[in-house]
Amino acid sequence: MLDADFFRRWLTAATAAVDREAARLTELDSPIGDADHGSNLQRGFVAVSAVLDREAPDTPGGVLTLAGRQLISTVGGASGPLYGTLLRRTGKALGDAPEVSEADLATALRAGVDAVMTLGGAAPGDKTMIDALVPAVDALATSFDAAATAAEQGALATTPMQARKGRASYLGERSIGHQDPGATSSALLLAALAEAARDE
Amino acid sequence: MSDPGSTDTGGAAAKVVGIVLVSHSRAVAESVAELARGLAGGGADVPVAPAGGTEDGGLGTSAELISGAARAVDRGAGVAVLTDLGSAVLTVKALLAEGDELPDGARLVDAPFVEGAVAAVVTASAGADLDAVEAAAVEAYSYRKV
Repeated sequence: MLDADFFRRWLTAATAAVDREAARLTELDSPIGDADHGSNLQRGFVAVSAVLDREAPDTPGGVLTLAGRQLISTVGGASGPLYGTLLRRTGKALGDAPEVSEADLATALRAGVDAVMTLGGAAPGDKTMIDALVPAVDALATSFDAAATAAEQGALATTPMQARKGRASYLGERSIGHQDPGATSSALLLAALAEAARDE
Repeated sequence: MSDPGSTDTGGAAAKVVGIVLVSHSRAVAESVAELARGLAGGGADVPVAPAGGTEDGGLGTSAELISGAARAVDRGAGVAVLTDLGSAVLTVKALLAEGDELPDGARLVDAPFVEGAVAAVVTASAGADLDAVEAAAVEAYSYRKV
C-alpha cells in the first residue's frame, strides 16, 4: 500500500529531476516554444516541496491535491494549470484514504490524465504531454517501471510529430523533428514515481 | 436576479458586472483596460482590473494576480474574465475548476481580447447583466475588418 509519505517521496524525486533537467527542458522548449519550460517547472516544484514541508498533509489525496494547487499558482506557464490539474484530479480521485493501492493510483491517475485532456483539448498524437502520460497510465497496470519506460518512449515518439496544440502548433511543419518539452517533463515525473516505488 | 419581476433600475446601488483582463504581458493587460475604459466613455463606473504577466513583471500568467483582480472587481453581479491565449486560458479554466479560487459568478468569456474587452466594458457600463456582457464580448468575433 502507498501512504502519504510515498507520494511525498515521489514529488521530492520529481523536484530533484526537474531541477537536474531544467536546462535540457528549456533547451527543448527553445526551437518550438518560448524557452521557459525548465525554469517554470523548477519554480513550481520548488514551491511544491516547500508547501508540502510546511503543511504536511497526511493522506495521499491530500499531498497530491495540495501539490497540484501549488503548481497552478506558481508555474506561470501552461504547464502549471496542466500539471496542477493532473495532480489535483488524481488526488481528488484518491479521496481521503490514509493508504491506497497501486490499482487505486492507476485508476486515479487515469482520471487525472482525462482531466488534462479536457482542459487542454489535446489528444494522443498532438505532440504534447498527453503522448507520454497516456501510455504511462496504460502501463501502470503492469508496474511503476513499465510506466516510466512507456512515458520515456512516448516522449521520444513525439519527435516526428507535428504539433497541434499550444504555441508550437503555430510553427506547423517546422515543429517536426523536435522532441516535445511537455512530454519530456512528463517522462521525468513518471521516472520519479518509479524511483519512489523502488525506495519502498 | 433573485427577483425576476423587479424592474428596479434607478437604484444608486445597482450592481455592475466586473471585468478582468488576463494577458501574458502586464503592459498589454493594463493598456487594454485603459483603452476599454476610455472608449466606454460615461455610463456607470465599471470595475475593470488587469491581471497581466507574472508577479515579478515577466511574461506569463499568475493565478494570484487573476484571483486578486477578480475579487477586486466583484460587485455581486458576476465577473467576466477575458484572456489572451495559452496559459492565460488554461489558468483561468483551472481556477474555475478549483471552485473557491474565483468569486461566485466569475466566468471565462470566449472573446477576442481587445475587441471583446471594449464590448464587455461598454455593455457593462450600460448596466447590463453578465449574460449580456458575455454575449457582447463573444459577438466581437464577428466584426470583420475586410
